[in-house]
Order: sequence, then structure tokens, then C-alpha cells
Amino acid sequence: MKFALFLGCNIPARVGQYESSARAVLKKLDVDLVDIAEFNCCGYPVRNIDNDAFVLASARNLALAAKQGLDMVCLCKCCFGSMKKAAFLLKEDPLLRDKVNGQLVKEGLTYEKEIGVRHFLSVLYHDVGLDNIKEKVQRPFTDLKIAAHYGCHALRPSKITQFDDPVNPTIFDKLVEATGAKSVDWSLRLDCCGAPLLGMNDKLSMDLTEKKLASGKQAGAAFLCTACPYCQMQFDSVQKMISKTRGTNHELPPVIYTQLLGLSMGIDQALLGLDMNQIRLDGLNGFLSNGKKN
Amino acid sequence: MFFSISLYIALLVFGLGLIYKISSWFRYSVGAADIPVSRRVAAAIKGILSTLFSPKIVTLIKVLVLDVVVQQKILRQDKMRWVMHMCIYLAFMLLLLMHALEQYISANLFSDYYSTVNPFMFLRDLFGVIVLVGAGVAIYRRFILKPPRLKTNSMDHYAIIIVAVIMVSGILLEGAKIISHSRFQSMVEEYGDLDDEDEIAALESFWVAEYGVVSPNVKAPFDEDVLAQGRETHEAACADCHTNPRWAFTGYAAGKILSPMALSLDKIGFSDILWYIHFLACFIGLAYLPFSKMFHIITSPLSLMVNGVMAKGGSDPANIATRQVMELDACTHCCTCSLNCSAGAFYSHFSNENILPSEKMASVKALISGKNLSEKQIREIQEGVYVCTNCKRCTVVCPVGINLQDLWFNVRETLLRKGQPEPFTLSQLSYYRGSRKEEIAAAAYLDPLNRARQAIVGRHELKKRKDDVLAMSGIDKGFRDRLNLSDQANTFAVCFGCETCTSVCPVVANYDNPAEELDLLPHQVMHSCALGMKSLAIGSNMLWDCLTCYRCQEQCPQGVCITDVFYELKNEAVRVAIGKGV
Repeated sequence: MKFALFLGCNIPARVGQYESSARAVLKKLDVDLVDIAEFNCCGYPVRNIDNDAFVLASARNLALAAKQGLDMVCLCKCCFGSMKKAAFLLKEDPLLRDKVNGQLVKEGLTYEKEIGVRHFLSVLYHDVGLDNIKEKVQRPFTDLKIAAHYGCHALRPSKITQFDDPVNPTIFDKLVEATGAKSVDWSLRLDCCGAPLLGMNDKLSMDLTEKKLASGKQAGAAFLCTACPYCQMQFDSVQKMISKTRGTNHELPPVIYTQLLGLSMGIDQALLGLDMNQIRLDGLNGFLSNGKKN
Repeated sequence: MFFSISLYIALLVFGLGLIYKISSWFRYSVGAADIPVSRRVAAAIKGILSTLFSPKIVTLIKVLVLDVVVQQKILRQDKMRWVMHMCIYLAFMLLLLMHALEQYISANLFSDYYSTVNPFMFLRDLFGVIVLVGAGVAIYRRFILKPPRLKTNSMDHYAIIIVAVIMVSGILLEGAKIISHSRFQSMVEEYGDLDDEDEIAALESFWVAEYGVVSPNVKAPFDEDVLAQGRETHEAACADCHTNPRWAFTGYAAGKILSPMALSLDKIGFSDILWYIHFLACFIGLAYLPFSKMFHIITSPLSLMVNGVMAKGGSDPANIATRQVMELDACTHCCTCSLNCSAGAFYSHFSNENILPSEKMASVKALISGKNLSEKQIREIQEGVYVCTNCKRCTVVCPVGINLQDLWFNVRETLLRKGQPEPFTLSQLSYYRGSRKEEIAAAAYLDPLNRARQAIVGRHELKKRKDDVLAMSGIDKGFRDRLNLSDQANTFAVCFGCETCTSVCPVVANYDNPAEELDLLPHQVMHSCALGMKSLAIGSNMLWDCLTCYRCQEQCPQGVCITDVFYELKNEAVRVAIGKGV
């Protein structure tokens, strides 16, 4: 199994622990990753302003991966959703494709061959498989309740992303439970983290983040689990900002799925970058059992 | 005399330029921080001293060796560029030390130093060739290979030209001197101590035969005896101080090429002309150095070392302000940042050069030095600075260690305060700004967002209407057909008003009085589109408060692509605001 790894912009700059833990976990699961240094922004952040600019940016990435004959795995759900959308638009609109290719050709690239664009969770669930993951879990969590946050841009629009059942998704819950933790049912689990509006309408953005945190907490979760840098930053540094500026303390620290899985696999904690999270994950280790129950 | 005067003038200009430039590091500021010059100078001195006498000196030495001398950051990026730069920089340095400053360095280090004996004669040519090879690679890269986003400006032209002129004039000068008969005569007078005419003629024959001199008096073929006599005289009078010029292989080759014209060139004093060109080019390079790209010889090591020891968060704001201005002078316009820029693809779409970090550097320099920039120019720089995903790649790859990302953060705020609305503030590019809002004053943080909303949303009549019932005026018949992006084309037309979109929208649910906050609710926006009421559809706050979570679209029983239509309406609203709408 081999994929081009698409990191996007946030992970290398601000959520490095996601990259290092994902690499460590995928190594254990025998998934090979190829780095393509020429990758650029997926285009998601400019969609509000200019659709063609977004499609061009995505298409360039898709063309770069296609040039090497590789499918792509994204760690970020917004990158994933955007590139899926761009691939869809390029397929159905030949005029747009010609326009984009007119730009790409200047760099010796063309968008012709379709490639598979996958989110990391989807690769784990469909390609690696729950059984293989469970096999590698050395120290399953016990009595750990997790609120799995699905993230909008992977789930919807389902016609385009084809990630999971948009109304009742289960992939992420099953993956969380593969680590031995219990994935709780919570009322706002399919809602947005609030990140898309941070910087534009902070009040609204933080209101929505707070609602989600409260909902997860109410369902009895000790940690919230993410698989997207935007969601992670929102629940991590922005939750911290919320506590500081609004005085509300939800005490629901987010953990990236790769960190959670990595811990249960017995991967070195430094590699999982637990210390890089803004809100400390102090209690998490306490839920690890000493070995596999057979 | 002329040589000395021009040297002193060059040194004076260089010195004044240096003072002017360094003072600008303390006078100008990239961010808002209004810190008095005296405080910045004091902070810099304190910072330098406290670093030199602390364990940080180890880091400093490490940076000096790995980044300044070995230049590992360039090596990691591109091997060809590393070879190119090493050729130019190492060989030029060696030429400077051994040849240009020979009377201060070489003559003192080596008691038997003569520029005309080996190994010095050979080394000078070798170093010259190495510099030229480097310059050749630079020309190949910038003008033939021409990778996209590698921009070449007048400063790059100047740098290549000045290096090439110095090197080529040096080689030609050497060649002209090798073949020059008058030069031979003056050497005989100065060092030969010979009186006998025959002896001098024999020596001349020998030099014509063996050393490349072109003589008006003697010509090959030579008599064996004459040559033997010439060799004898040569070994007695010349050989100790003059190696065979064949060792100066580039000069010798240049001499061979020039030799058919040697006598006329000698008559017009060609070697003197070349000598003037050669030293004047060096002096111009020296005088202009603080104002040219070549200033990086001083500023790049400085930037690398300063950034090596200045920790984020721990440094005095006064020193950060000074460092950021200095960094603008440290930029070599190598374009590594632009080649790696994650927003590079947007540059090819928006064709605004300021999106590329290497080009932004020059614009920012003009901006902070108070140059008179037009509204349009400022607007372009602002857009360029905003269309940045803050991925930090530019900062990570910069061979001279400039912290570009922090520079952009400060410049962004400075520009936004100037008051021109920036549509891109209403995009997810704002996330980074939002995450660092604690570093920005509350009003300065919100103003640009309000201004952009005002420019995009506030212009539409909807906001001014006080009555509950909308008149069916302002219908744009073509509007419906123009909303044709992709698969959502006209899906709004089949909306039957069930309001599922509005009832599942988490944004709507967040407000007690959503219609007041958002102007129109999602189903109303769809309805406005169906009616062709453009001003209503693109003029509501709902569009800009949309999370793009796609819940509405996913749950619509009619398959209306609400979120995608929103995207399209936002694009159109921006086009209208910047005067590019239909």
C-alpha cells in the first residue's frame, strides 16, 4: 500500500504532532508514504473568494500525484473535501479543465488522469482494516470514553466525498473503539467545530465550538478525538483562548486520532508529540491497560 | 593618484552607505511597534553583548560554520545552486584576499610572494575561472532553465554583470599584459639591470618564443643560439620572479586570442584601459554594495546568526522590530521561498506578483521606507500579503534564515490599518490571524473585518429597507442563468420552501433573532436566486457567516446544492465589490 502524503499548510506549521504520529502509526501498519515537495495549498481557503483559484490549486496537487501514479492520502479533512470537490468539478466541466490545464502546462503538468483522493481515516478503515489495527494494539485503553468528532468536510457533501454514511456514520467510532476506548454517542457529533469562521466571525465560531464541547462533556467523554488539523486547533488552542477570554472551562481536551491509536500501539510518546498539544493530555496514559486481554 | 582617489571615494561611499543602511534598521519598522530609536539601539547592544557572553555563543559558532560557511540550507534545497554559490562566493573571497588585498595579506603571509610566480599566478586564474563557472551557472539557471516563479529583477542583473565585468576585465588585462611589448620593456628596465643591446634582444626573443610577448623587433623562427642566450639571461634576471605565463592559463589564452592585434593594442595602451575598467568595476561594486543585492555578503550571515539565537516569544520587541527591517536587507532574491510557496498556485491565477514571497520582500521594503506608493500598489501588496496560507515553508527554507512568516504577520496588520477593504479577510485565510488575535489590539483586529463586510455586503439595498414586504424590483433576469457553476446549476430553482436547510443550520440555530443577524435565512437566499433578485441574494450576511459545513445541502429533500450556491454567490459578491461583477 503506497500513497502520496498530502499534509497541507496547517500541519507542518502548527500541528506537527499530527504528522509525526501519523507517520509512526502508518509505518506500523505497513502503509508506505511518498512525500511530494511540490504540493501546494489545496485551495480551500480561497473558495469564498474565487472558485477558479481554488480548483487550480487543487488540480496542481492532483496532477503532481498522478504524475507519479499515486493515490493521495490527506490528513486534513478540509484538504480532503476540497480536492474531492475539485476533482469532481474538473471531471464534469471540460471548459474549466482546459482553463486549468492552460496554467498547469507552464510547469509541465496536466490534469488528465483521475487519482484516488482519500482521507487518512478512510484508508485505515477500508484498506488497512480494523482487524489489522486491533492486531497491532498492544495496550488497549480501558474505561476511556471518547467523543469522536467526524468533521464536516470529510462527511459532506457525501455525494462527492464518499467518506461514510452522512446521516449515521460509523467509521470513526469503530476506529476509536479499535483502541479499546468507548466512543460515546453525543448529540452534536456531526456538527461543525467552528473553525471555518475563526478570524471572520470569532464570536460565532467560538459559540459553536463551545456548544460542541459542552455536548461531548455531557455525554460523559473524557477526551474529544479529531482527525483534522483545523478541528484539532479549534478544540485545542481556541478552546484555550475561550477559557481565557470567556471564562468558560469545558475541560474536554482534544486528542488527534493518530496520537490515541499510537499510544495504544505502544509507540514512543515523543514521536506522538503529546507535548505539542496546547491543552495537556495528562490523564490519557492512565487509561492504558498493561497488556492485551486475551 | 587616480587609483587612490577613486579608491577613497569608493570607500567613503561604502562607509556612508553602510551607516545609512544600518541606521535604517533602527529607524524603520515593519509592524506598528512605536519604539524610540534610542531604545532600539540600546536593546540591540544589550542583546549582542548578552549573547556573546552566554552559552548561546555555541549556537552562534554552529550557525557560522554550517549555515554561513558551508551553507547547508542551500545544499538541502538544490545541489546545483549550492555549487553555483560556493563557486562564486568562495573563489571570489579567495581572490579578494590573495589578489585584491595582496599587499596587506599575501605579502605579509608569504615572504616570497609575487603575483607573477606560482602558485599565486596559477591560483589567481583558477579562482577567476571558478567564479566565472558559478556566474555561468547563475545565468543558465535564471535565463535558460527559468523555473516558473523564479523572478529575475534589475538587482539580479546588476549582480551578475558586476561579477562578470570584474572577472572578464581581469582576465583580458592579464592577457593584454602578457603579450604587451611595452610591458616587457618596462619590466626589463625595472628589474633586468641589463645594458647590452644584444643581451636584451636575445631575452626578448626568448620571451616572444616562450612567454607569449608579441614584439615589433624580433619574430620567429629564432636562431637556437639566440634563444639559448636569451634563456641564460632570463634565468639570471627574470625566472625567480616570473613564472611562465602559460600557468596563468586564462590570461594566456586571452593573450593568444588578442595577439594578432597585439602591436596596435599596445600602441593605444589597451592594458591601461583594461586596468581602469578592472579596478573601477571593483570600486563601483564596493561603493554600491550597501545598496545592491551584494549587501547580503554582510546581512545574510547576520540574519542567520541573529535568527539562530533569537527565540520566539523570548526576545525584546525592540530587537524583533530591528531584526525585521534588517531581514529585508538580508534577502538575496534567490526566490527559494517563492519556489516553495504553498500559495504559489494562486499567483498564477491572480497574476499579482506580490503573492510570491520573494517579490513581497521588495514591495515591503518600499512600503516601510515611506516610498510614495499609489492606492493600487498598496492594494496589490495587501492582497499579496493576505493570500498566504501561513504554512511557514518560506521561513523554513530561506537560506539566509529570514523569519518571513512573522514579517508577513506584521506587514498584514500595517496594511490593513491603512483602511482599504480586503475581501480576503472574509476567507479561511483569516484563521491564522484569528488564532493570533491576542497580539492585535481589539479595534485594529475587528476594523478590517467590518470594512470588508461593509464593502461587500453593505453596498446592497437590502440593508437599507425598513419595510417587511420587498418590492419585486431589482430583478436581474440574467442572474439565474449566470449561476451555473458546476452541478448545482439552477438547483435552487426546484426549492419548494420546506425550510429544512434553515432548520438544520447550526448558524441559524445559534441566534435568537437569526433574520436580524443574518439578513436572509438559507431558504430565503435560494428563493431570491430563483426570483433573480441578485442584490438580495449576494447582499446578505448569511453568506459570510456560513460555516460551509454542508448540512443544509446534505439534507435538502430536493437536492438543492445550497452551500455550493452560497460559494458562488460569495464569489460574485466579491467581484461586484471590486468592480469586476457582471
